[in-house]
Amino acid sequence: MNRTERFSRVAYNPVDMLLFRADSDLPRSFRISASQSSITPPQLPERHVRAGQLIIGIAARARALCAHMGRWQVTAAARAALAAFVSLSCLMAGPAQAQMTVEITGVGSQQFPIAVANFFSDSALPEDMAAVIRADLARSGMFRIVEAGPAPIAESASVNFPDWKSRGADTLAVASAARLADSRIEIRYRLYDSVKGNQLDGLAFVSSGADLRRIAHRIADRIYESLTGIKGVFSTRIAYVVQYSASRYELQIADADGANPQTALKSPEFIISPTWSPDGSSLAYVSFEKHKTVVYVHNLATGQRKAIASFPGSNSGPAFSPDGRTLAMVLTRDGNSEIYTVGVDGSNLRRLTFDPSIDTEPVFSPDGTKIYFTSDRSGGPQIYRMPAGGGDAQRMTFQGDYNISPRMSPDGKTLAFIARHADQFQVAVIDLASEQQLTITDTVRDEAPSFAPNSHLILYATEVGGRGILALASTDGRARARLSGPNGDVREPTWGPFSK
Amino acid sequence: MNTLRVAFLAVAVALVAAGCSTTKLDDTPAASTSKAAPAPAPAPAPAPAPVKPVDATPVTPIDPLNDPKNILSRRSVYFEFDRSSINETDVPVVEAHGRYLVDHGARTVRIEGNCDERGGREYNLALGQRRADAVRERLKVLGVSVNRVETVSLGKEKPRNTGHTEAAWAENRRADIVYK
Repeated sequence: MNRTERFSRVAYNPVDMLLFRADSDLPRSFRISASQSSITPPQLPERHVRAGQLIIGIAARARALCAHMGRWQVTAAARAALAAFVSLSCLMAGPAQAQMTVEITGVGSQQFPIAVANFFSDSALPEDMAAVIRADLARSGMFRIVEAGPAPIAESASVNFPDWKSRGADTLAVASAARLADSRIEIRYRLYDSVKGNQLDGLAFVSSGADLRRIAHRIADRIYESLTGIKGVFSTRIAYVVQYSASRYELQIADADGANPQTALKSPEFIISPTWSPDGSSLAYVSFEKHKTVVYVHNLATGQRKAIASFPGSNSGPAFSPDGRTLAMVLTRDGNSEIYTVGVDGSNLRRLTFDPSIDTEPVFSPDGTKIYFTSDRSGGPQIYRMPAGGGDAQRMTFQGDYNISPRMSPDGKTLAFIARHADQFQVAVIDLASEQQLTITDTVRDEAPSFAPNSHLILYATEVGGRGILALASTDGRARARLSGPNGDVREPTWGPFSK
Repeated sequence: MNTLRVAFLAVAVALVAAGCSTTKLDDTPAASTSKAAPAPAPAPAPAPAPVKPVDATPVTPIDPLNDPKNILSRRSVYFEFDRSSINETDVPVVEAHGRYLVDHGARTVRIEGNCDERGGREYNLALGQRRADAVRERLKVLGVSVNRVETVSLGKEKPRNTGHTEAAWAENRRADIVYK
């Protein structure tokens, strides 16, 4: 996929893109309080940013990015060298509490060279925030991390741009942490273009101290978006199932880098097909704890669960509608596997398919008007789509005799699924506009693809060395990484929505 | 069993016979020291009747479901990859259980469908259900009421053989008939 093309499509949201001149102070009144996950409305003092300056800043930045596109065309040889360099370094996701190991196995077609300096702090920080940011950016495959040296650089320090440029760091991120009078911590960060010698982004966060890692992810999100034009997903969460033994399963929630895992459900029986509610408050999943498959909706904050479908036979494959009010699922109560919809309160059960073959794995299109699903009505399993209220189905996949597990990208442009070719199961994508199909992984026992909310990365389960692990691939198939847990077989990943 | 009985009888008879020849030491004539003529010897006691042994070991009829020689001891039927039609060689197994269930109207069964590890979990869950349902259909044709037959799919989640070979996969593409 051509990055320049993608770039030209990006719509800039001025509210999200407050830029500050390199020589200006960050306005203290514009702060994101990460602890409350709310954004304080910007009340910018006139001396910092005037409206005209802001607009000019955005335009200049867009121009600068287009210039970068040209300059950062990387030759194939250089790309191979970069890939070798990055894949050799087995990057830890973060310090002590990081539970998963991240290994980068492929990088994007274009990599933004960036140095992320160690944070300047007046007291020791409980998190190495710069390391978290570097690991995030490296994992995306779209950044090449340039060594910034051990010395911290304060956010307010003047930057020697030619020096950074000569070191290959076309961009530089610096940040400071300072204790406030009320013992909270203020994090102030800036992103510079060292080629142009100007500032690309700058922001201040206030933290209780417990969410520094989360703030680091949010800074990484801003860097990612500033340079690629694509919204970052580092501050999102993922859910997955770990099987530790034949009778020990856990449904876990973790940060997108696998850190801070929390167990939502422990069970002696299998758990499959977890999927997030659109607001990120709940998971729907299938549990075998009653020695039959039952679909539950589980509120993560309260731990309260509701059995939505517990009919005779199988109850499985839940998927939320985009408005979060309806669940599509698979029931065998009327004979064979058929697709139904039901309200999240369990009311209004409706059957959508009437076919003697297997119909399973329903997912809604992002606009809620269609349902994609797997059916073997033509012989082997293939992907189909039908109106969300039921009706004639249209076959979507034609390569190979085994295509399953459809997922729609949140932007509605890409269909991902698992394709079998020569006994290898791999994640494939179809660009719905061009109908071009592309295999995007280098693993061969892939299952359960799940789109990142920005539509550009896919998390999936696979098996490497006899163990179940999670892996990442960009939808263009270039950037790849593997996340393996400390023990157990990890599977059934599902990527949560953007954090509010 | 019969050999044991004969041996037991032989030992018993031998013991009875040995009893007959026992000399009663108390009968040593005391009169030998006296001048009186010895008393005539008492007539020997009649020999006891031989013991008729009784075997109290409870006689249990062999459960045909657990008799390795009976086809009913086979509870699994097997399938090809991505298929839910019962392998021809396993059809007699289902038929035998169908006849047994018709004859034993109080028995109920649970059919558990399983799949090999290849492919997706949801699709395999559906496939396992269809395999279990295929067995139930056969039983129904044989005259077993479907409300005596529960079906459940375990998908690929509970492999009997955790290997990754074709032999392991073949073992896991299976429906089990479980009597309740």
